[in-house]
Amino acid sequence: MRCALVDRPIEIAAIVSEVARNSNGATLLFIGTVRDVNNGRAITGMDYTAYSAMAMRELTDIAREAAEKFETEDIVVEHRLGSLALGDASVAIAVAHPHRAPAYEASRYVIEQLKQRVPIWKLEHYVDGSREWVGTPVKTRETGRLTPENASVLQADGA
Amino acid sequence: MTVTVLLFASYADLLGKNQLTLDLSPGATAGDALGQIQTFPGAHRIPANPLIAVNERYARRDQVLAAGDEIAIIPPVAGG
Repeated sequence: MRCALVDRPIEIAAIVSEVARNSNGATLLFIGTVRDVNNGRAITGMDYTAYSAMAMRELTDIAREAAEKFETEDIVVEHRLGSLALGDASVAIAVAHPHRAPAYEASRYVIEQLKQRVPIWKLEHYVDGSREWVGTPVKTRETGRLTPENASVLQADGA
Repeated sequence: MTVTVLLFASYADLLGKNQLTLDLSPGATAGDALGQIQTFPGAHRIPANPLIAVNERYARRDQVLAAGDEIAIIPPVAGG
């Protein structure tokens, strides 16, 4: 199991090799890439920034949770920071497991939790030259620690 | 006691800084720190109830702070 924040292109082949093991019958690779449109606005690129120390803690927690829940240590997550162009990989998650069903579930778990909990932000660059921070506005309805168990306290803020 | 407050992304832009120091009374909570931040110029556009972290962990408003704690006001996250 390994998590990293990187400021260079994610080496996809390397992370797939990293989870390989003869006991694994299934390898899942998820790659998140920079898309050319968001909320109807044409995009030219993206800057990713993070609260790095906390992002590493959360990423590591998430990978650990997935490892325990789906019983595999073969999980690698890399998230890229800095300036990305259209089509660049912003995140890659490799999961390998003896069987495919838990591999799919573990991969899905990691990306969904990452999007809810990991303090990473993106500044979208639009074709008209403007830039905006984006993200689903959320707030805690109750002031509880955000965990997989109580993540449902998150709700749209409309802010 | 003094604590450090970290601001990120849109919240850093709103306040024009990404880090500041607060002087709080002993026994002050994360919510008290947030209350002080919300009096700063530009902070009126931060939602009333943002996510807060204390020492790199999401925290409740009623968490009691200690001198030297690192508090972060967390804008809506957008990783992935």
